[in-house]
Amino acid sequence: MKKNVFWNWFWIFISLVYFFIPLYATFNFSLKARKGELSLLAYQQMMEDPRILRSLIFSTEIGLLTILLGLLLMVPTVYLVRLKAPRLRPVIEFISLLPFVIPAIVLVFGLIRTYSGGLLPLTNNYTGLNFLLIAGYVVIGLPYLYRSVDAGMSAIDVVTLTEAAQSLGASWPTIMLRVIIPNLRSAMLGAAFLTLAIVLGEFTLATFLVGLKAFGPVIWQVGQNRAYEASALVIVSFIITWVLMGLINFVGRRGAADGSVAAGPR
Amino acid sequence: MSFLVLEDISKVFPTAVGVEKFDLSVERGEFISFLGPSGCGKTTTLRMVAGFESPTTGRIILNGEDITDRPPNQRNVGMVFQSYALFPNMTVAQNIGFGLKIRKEPESAIKQRVAEMLALIHLEQKGNSFPHQLSGGQQQRVALARALAIRPQVLLLDEPLSALDAKIRVSLRAEIRAIQRQLGITAIYVTHDQEEALSISDRIVVMHEGKIEQVGTPFEIYNFPTTRFVANFVGSLNTAEVEVMDPSAGIVAMNGIRLTSASDLKEKRKGDKVMIAIRPERIGFIAEGEKENVFDGKVENITFLGSVVRIQLRVGGTVFNMDTFNRPSLQLPQTGDTVRVTCSSKAVLVLSE
Ligand SMILES: Nc1ncnc2c1ncn2[C@@H]1O[C@H](COP(=O)(O)OP(=O)(O)OP(=O)(O)O)[C@@H](O)[C@H]1O
Ligand SMILES: [Mg+2]
Repeated sequence: MKKNVFWNWFWIFISLVYFFIPLYATFNFSLKARKGELSLLAYQQMMEDPRILRSLIFSTEIGLLTILLGLLLMVPTVYLVRLKAPRLRPVIEFISLLPFVIPAIVLVFGLIRTYSGGLLPLTNNYTGLNFLLIAGYVVIGLPYLYRSVDAGMSAIDVVTLTEAAQSLGASWPTIMLRVIIPNLRSAMLGAAFLTLAIVLGEFTLATFLVGLKAFGPVIWQVGQNRAYEASALVIVSFIITWVLMGLINFVGRRGAADGSVAAGPR
Repeated sequence: MSFLVLEDISKVFPTAVGVEKFDLSVERGEFISFLGPSGCGKTTTLRMVAGFESPTTGRIILNGEDITDRPPNQRNVGMVFQSYALFPNMTVAQNIGFGLKIRKEPESAIKQRVAEMLALIHLEQKGNSFPHQLSGGQQQRVALARALAIRPQVLLLDEPLSALDAKIRVSLRAEIRAIQRQLGITAIYVTHDQEEALSISDRIVVMHEGKIEQVGTPFEIYNFPTTRFVANFVGSLNTAEVEVMDPSAGIVAMNGIRLTSASDLKEKRKGDKVMIAIRPERIGFIAEGEKENVFDGKVENITFLGSVVRIQLRVGGTVFNMDTFNRPSLQLPQTGDTVRVTCSSKAVLVLSE
């Protein structure tokens, strides 16, 4: 028993060291822009570079549109599969995992080849490219989007709630807007934050479609010749991601307290 | 014509037959129970009335209108689910008022109806609570109020009490029945609990493997089961196969023991095999002068069930249960004793199958 506890803590300690040493080293390095003393110079320079701020805003916008499109696609899909074709669930789940297996580089070349000519040329203007970027991000975010939305629907027994609403006279749009979506709020927020975090850090799709307009390629480029600032950027994007994760956790826990108890026994 | 008619309903699933040849007429204000073991098609039948499943064949007629193809949100049928299915994002009052809001009733009318419903279920104080702040029993009462608020033509309940514990089950079923009587609403209640069905129904529909076995009042179902399945499922009847000796006098033989039955045997011939059933409480120790239906049994087991004592007897090749009131003066035999028991000819029921 005692021995067990010791080993538990031992492994927790090892993994913490594994995660935090590189992070600490990066942080430490980012403070050494001025020789011989610790300073926030790298952070200051980073803020002063207009490209960085502009790309951060661009990527955030792309991220928000990705979230919108992703949720518009996934919420009705997951809902209808649960309601009308529960046997298709494993299939959908499998499809949602494909982005893990197909490398982003394959995806982006596929997109460019398909849409550079033919019936629907999108690569010859900025709007088209931005749209391709968003569409690609929806695909990359699919595993997270699907999982969050599906978990949210599990927590509230959507099928029975739908039937209850139907028997009370509600039509499909009413059920969606008044019953399903309000109860998925925390699941959808979770999906949104995860997607945003992915889009902010993504490199491959962004490089090939929009280049240095996006945040990911900018971090990379800064890293090529301004090492201190690149470290600072990494730390900042880590902090952004963590703040988002913390928010997910917070919102998720509140959502669980509201949702799961109320859904009652099956 | 009856208020609700299910006409030759059947439901075939790709993998199974859910319901077959279901015929039932329900009068206005009647409380009907569907009773049967798991998988016998109770829920499927109820869901066809609600409109969540469409029958493969047959028609459903409600108040003179054919509703077979009408979508569930246009049927005006109230539904109560086992899992309560309250909307977690709405308060109790919003849940109850949901159906009225859908119907675009004025705010003041909704408010008044919600207050009425809260009073009906004795939860006046809980209007602003959220479902997860209520106990299971309270949640189910809210679900009942929500279903009743829209003044449905029929109230459908699918095992509404099975997620609750035993004490609340008994009190809440009485409450459901009282409310149903008070409003005079037609209700169909699905359960697999025979005691529940017997205690609250006007009539019971006993189902087995997708078919109706017997329809009758609780009294009829309990005392005069017509099939072997009903006899075994409702109460715990003793059944045995016997040979007909004298059809006109109602005499049969069970492993050589002569029994007289008051049931009609005229259709049978001497030598036919039939099933008989005897309720455990209709068997008693022999009194002075008793001659009819007397037989010996060896005591195999004695169980105390509170107000009754169940004695397991081996009679010939079969095991019979005999129930007797647990009064202090009771003189119980010992396990292994042979006792002489009797039952009246009215207690010997001949089953149709
Ligand atoms: N959607 C479906 N697809 C295929 N078969 C189904 C479906 N729904 C029900 N069945 C089958 O129909 C039969 C009746 O099911 P039903 O749910 O009506 O039973 P039940 O009497 O309500 O049982 P329980 O007491 O377990 O709720 C079962 O054999 C079941 O497997
Ligand atoms: Mg059922």
